[in-house]
Formats: sequence, C-alpha cells, structure tokens
Amino acid sequence: MNCCNSKPIIGLYSGEKLCKIHFNDYFESKVSKTIRQFELLGKEENLGVALSGGKDSLTVLHILSKLSKTNPKIKLNAIAIDEGIHGYRDKTLEKARDFCNKNNVELHIFSYKEEFGLTLDEMLKILDVKPCSICGVFRRYLLNKKAKELKLTKLATGHNLDDECQSIIMNQMKNNIQASARLGPKVGLVQDPKFVQRIKPLYLCTEKEVTTYAFINGLLDSFNECPNVPQSFRAQVRDMLNSMEQKFPGTKYSTVNSFLQTLPLLKQQFRSDAVKICAKCSEPSANDICNACVYLEKLKNSIIVK
Amino acid sequence: MEKIKVSVFIDRENRNASLELENNSVVLDLLDKLEINPVTVIVSRNNELILEDERLNDNDDLRILSVISGG
Repeated sequence: MNCCNSKPIIGLYSGEKLCKIHFNDYFESKVSKTIRQFELLGKEENLGVALSGGKDSLTVLHILSKLSKTNPKIKLNAIAIDEGIHGYRDKTLEKARDFCNKNNVELHIFSYKEEFGLTLDEMLKILDVKPCSICGVFRRYLLNKKAKELKLTKLATGHNLDDECQSIIMNQMKNNIQASARLGPKVGLVQDPKFVQRIKPLYLCTEKEVTTYAFINGLLDSFNECPNVPQSFRAQVRDMLNSMEQKFPGTKYSTVNSFLQTLPLLKQQFRSDAVKICAKCSEPSANDICNACVYLEKLKNSIIVK
Repeated sequence: MEKIKVSVFIDRENRNASLELENNSVVLDLLDKLEINPVTVIVSRNNELILEDERLNDNDDLRILSVISGG
C-alpha cells in the first residue's frame, strides 16, 4: 500500500510503501517516539553524541541537532574517538569534521595515540588479541572519561535495531546474559555518577531505515568498513540474522521486542553488582583493575620484553 | 524475448559490473543474479532510491549501496 501518489522509496515491514517525504517524517517520528517512550532525554541536557562519521552517528547527530535548534535547553556536543586504524578512521573523521563545521556543532576528538601512547594498529602488533575486544574496551573507557570531563549529562550513540539484535544473540551464544542486562535504549544497570548515561535514539530503527534516511539527507558516504570487522564474531551473527530476515521478515524486530520484555527482569537480577573504582586509574570498573588498565599493563610488559 | 543490459556499481565490493537480464526484470532479479541479500542493500537509479519490485530498463545505470555499518 503506497502512502500517496509520489514514488515510494522504501517498503516497511508492515507492507506500507513510503515516499521520500513521508519516510523522512516516519523516521524522525519514530526517533522522537523512542526518546519519549524510553525517557531518553530530560528537559535540559548537556548532550554528547559519540560521532564516528559513519551513517548511524551522523544520522543521530543530524536529528538531535534539529531538536537542539528548537529546544535551547538541549545543548549539543560531538565526541569522536580516533583509534588510529589506518585507511579507515581518518576517512570517517573527515566526514565528522565536515558535518560539525557545517552545522555549528562543537567536535572534540580524542585519540588512542595521545591517551594511551599507541594506535590500535600498533597495539595489535604487540598483543595477540581479538581487535574488536581491545578496541571496544578502550573506546568505551575514553568515551566515558571524556564525557565526564566535558560535564555531559547524557551520551547518545548511533546504535540501531540491527546492532542490538546482534548483541542479544551474541550474548546468548557466549552464555553472557549479564552483558545483555546492560543493553537496551538506556545502557547500563543502574544510574551511577561514575558513568555518563548512554542512550540509543535509533534503537527501534533498522539499519536499512537508517541508511535510507542518511541517503535522502545527504549523510551517506561511500562504503567504508573497518578492516577488523570481516573476521569478527559479530559479522558472522550479522550475516546469519540478515539471512533469517530475508526468509522470515520481521525476525529482527521480534527478537528485539521480545528481549525488551525480559530486560527489566535482567536488570533487576544483576542490579546488585556494585560498580567498583579501578585501583589504578579511578575509572569505573567491574573488577579491582579495569579492563583498560589490564590491557595497558599487558602492552607495557610486552614492549619491555621485546 | 529481447534481453536488457544494465550497469551497476556495487559499493561494498567497490566494483562496476555489466549484466544482461530478461526483459521485464525487476531489481530483485538483479540482486538474485548478483547473489546479494536485498535486506542488506538499498538501490538507486539516477540518484533516486528504487524498490525491489521496480522494473529495470535497458541501459539503466544503478548503484547498489550496502546498509551494513562500517564498524
């Protein structure tokens, strides 16, 4: 069923086909509804957007930028992390800078090289670890630390429905249900001043919807994939889910919606796990020493040995 | 029945291809031939997005854009 007489550009899971204008409205309404339904924003925020320069984070920044212009109590900043992945991050950061310049958003860039002394590429030459594991630890560490330094009240990321669906399935497969308790449109188990609350405004938007929105709003650049992705466990789960979605449309929505029903129970079950302070760096930690410091120690010891 | 020829750019593979399809082919037929899952892409013709049931024409110049996040 077509929305109107204009040419449709996307078919929704419901069967409805939307033109450019109606899809734009649909997508922005969906994000607004997600923000309201899950109470992602308060009346006043010093809001940060974790900006990679890819289509998802540009989309969330684009929409929150529009919101901030009509609501001066929502102040907006962008934080970008430069891991030093050669041939990949430099390109996406260029897109990030370009967008922030055009839209008058203050952009703060922090690099692994400056903060930890090594780029990710250099770390991977020293330690035999899965790239995404070490990269994720350092990125989340830096995002939280810098968000606190900037006195941000919330940090929005571009995670979409596909990302969440993959995480849910990955955690099930790895018998890591505690990690799933931290998922959801509002990340984490409890509100704690050691963490800047992370939110996912694109939570109910599929990757295809985000890409379509990015395309029609000039936010889509040429395909650029992190060189470490194809070998990852996540990529394999992603491909499996896309295969299922092709054969059984609605699989991803159903997976995430059913997960949302169990999420309050999971958060309740794991709520008592206290957030510790890392004995080395004083940042929040699940253990006595945080994962970032554990990796930094391993890197330091490996360099000394070499 | 005459066949049609279309040119495509597949951004994920960073390559161009030229394909012959049956007359009356639609976008889905093209994706099937290229073994691309339609869930993972959006397709544009003359910088306008088109749906999977859109009929293709002789000498169409198409872009197949991956929806998959970069990392």
